[in-house]
Amino acid sequence: MLMTNKGASSDRRHLVELKNAGLRRDGRWLVRGVDLTIASGEILTLIGPNGAGKSTTAKMVTGVLRPNEGAVERSHDMRIGYVPQKLSIDWTMPLSVRRLMRLTGRLSDADLLDALEATGIPHLVDAEVRHLSGGEFQRALLARAIARRPDLLVLDEPVQGVDFAGETALYDLIRQIRDTTGCGILLISHDLHMVMAGTDTVICLNGHVCCRGTPETVSRSEDYQRLFGGAARGLAVYSHRHDHTHLPDGRVLHGDGSITDHCYPDDGHHDHHHEDHSRHGHDHHHDHGHDRKGREGEARDA
Amino acid sequence: MLDDFFMRALLAGIGVALTAGPLGCFVVWRRMAYFGDTMAHSALLGVALSLLFELNLLVSVFAVAVVISLLLLFLQRRQALSADALLGILSHSTLAIGLVLVAFMSWVRIDLMAFLFGDILAVTPGDVALIWAGGLAVLAAVIWLWRPLVASTVSEDVAEAEGLRPERARLVFMLLMALVIAIAMKIVGIMLITALLIIPAATARRFSASPEGMAVLASLIGALAVVAGLFGSLHYDTPSGPSIVVAALVLFILSLLPAGKPRHETAVNKGVRP
Repeated sequence: MLMTNKGASSDRRHLVELKNAGLRRDGRWLVRGVDLTIASGEILTLIGPNGAGKSTTAKMVTGVLRPNEGAVERSHDMRIGYVPQKLSIDWTMPLSVRRLMRLTGRLSDADLLDALEATGIPHLVDAEVRHLSGGEFQRALLARAIARRPDLLVLDEPVQGVDFAGETALYDLIRQIRDTTGCGILLISHDLHMVMAGTDTVICLNGHVCCRGTPETVSRSEDYQRLFGGAARGLAVYSHRHDHTHLPDGRVLHGDGSITDHCYPDDGHHDHHHEDHSRHGHDHHHDHGHDRKGREGEARDA
Repeated sequence: MLDDFFMRALLAGIGVALTAGPLGCFVVWRRMAYFGDTMAHSALLGVALSLLFELNLLVSVFAVAVVISLLLLFLQRRQALSADALLGILSHSTLAIGLVLVAFMSWVRIDLMAFLFGDILAVTPGDVALIWAGGLAVLAAVIWLWRPLVASTVSEDVAEAEGLRPERARLVFMLLMALVIAIAMKIVGIMLITALLIIPAATARRFSASPEGMAVLASLIGALAVVAGLFGSLHYDTPSGPSIVVAALVLFILSLLPAGKPRHETAVNKGVRP
């Protein structure tokens, strides 16, 4: 539907490589010894606590910051789409969503609307940016970044302020963009539940690279467990199995065609915050991990 | 009806206002009002140096403004003091050094009031030509760099990541500010240049739906303020700079009135009462 200029079949090329990159400010290393490569068609996710150097690493990838040690190799003629973690627009600048979309380059109306459609806010095309809610603003920023048809998409906490239902849809969209355009994606999040979805590589950062690997490996590593403590315990690697659909009348259509009033306990859910029961309205009790891997993790920890 | 000198002042003033509009918008958007003030105040130091070393006035004012803004950027990088305090120090000390130097030069007679608050009598045909040539050059540069300037105003990081080189845009913007200060000095005066940058832009805000619209409208509102202010100055024998600023302020206050009239009427059709 969207952005088919580069087929998913395009051969994988290295977009960015950080070699032992480190950045120092005021005599303190914000992050150090980061090695990473992002290839086209790959989703690399950075996780880590506040102040771990995630955004700093992203800025070294985009070229906003130059490392004090190590090196960055960036493929030239690479087009970057960037959603920064923080962006405040002075209210004195009149800026519509339409104008925001054209911030760094020309864009046809059709492409502009396509991208807004994809992030779910086509109706806000002529709204003033300063009147958007936090979630709507993030959707606009994401739309702006993908409308550029980037080779590399750098998303620094792209779903902050977006509601739960929206989060899933946006993460699905991010994966879908990778699948259809073959761009490389650097994703930053501390939303552990969602992060793991469709990610090829996870790097766990805390001033340095703690551990890396596939989502499964990382979620089992001791470093990761230590870093995220309780939050990591019993955390399922989120695999988005659409094995059931919530029908408009509130009933649930299951993969096998049966319809029930509620989800089965073992269903793959859209809502992944199982240790926090107060946050969703299921009236049945979850005393289990969401899929086998989660349960194994729990068992090991217990 | 119009004396020659007055026609020259009108042409010069309108030229300055048209140029100041878009730059003034950036000053407002980027919260650089105090920065602009500091550069403008340094112009007096430029005047003093030009008298002392018998340099071209315009070149020397421009050069001093550029040096001061570079110095400011350098000091900000070192982060020893807040930008606010640095601006306060530079703004007043350059003004003070300028005044002291002028006072020392007992051998030159200089109309300080004219430099500080503008003097329409002082505008020569050469000045008019210079203002329009300089103004057109500034506008051409602003149009050329428009996208990087707007983008880096919204987010330096995004502009940098997406290849728009905000550093270059910022540097050029600073040079343009220095140029506008140099050419606007004669007509509005050193103390009030920032007002001509900011007030029309602030007035245009309410009637604008896009950055581009705001820039154009700020130019037009500024030109209107210049025309109204200069007529006032002629009529009441008041200094031109303050008269223009008062006219701009009147337009600004009118723009704050609750909208009951069609949008543009409030902005454009008021103010000129010859």
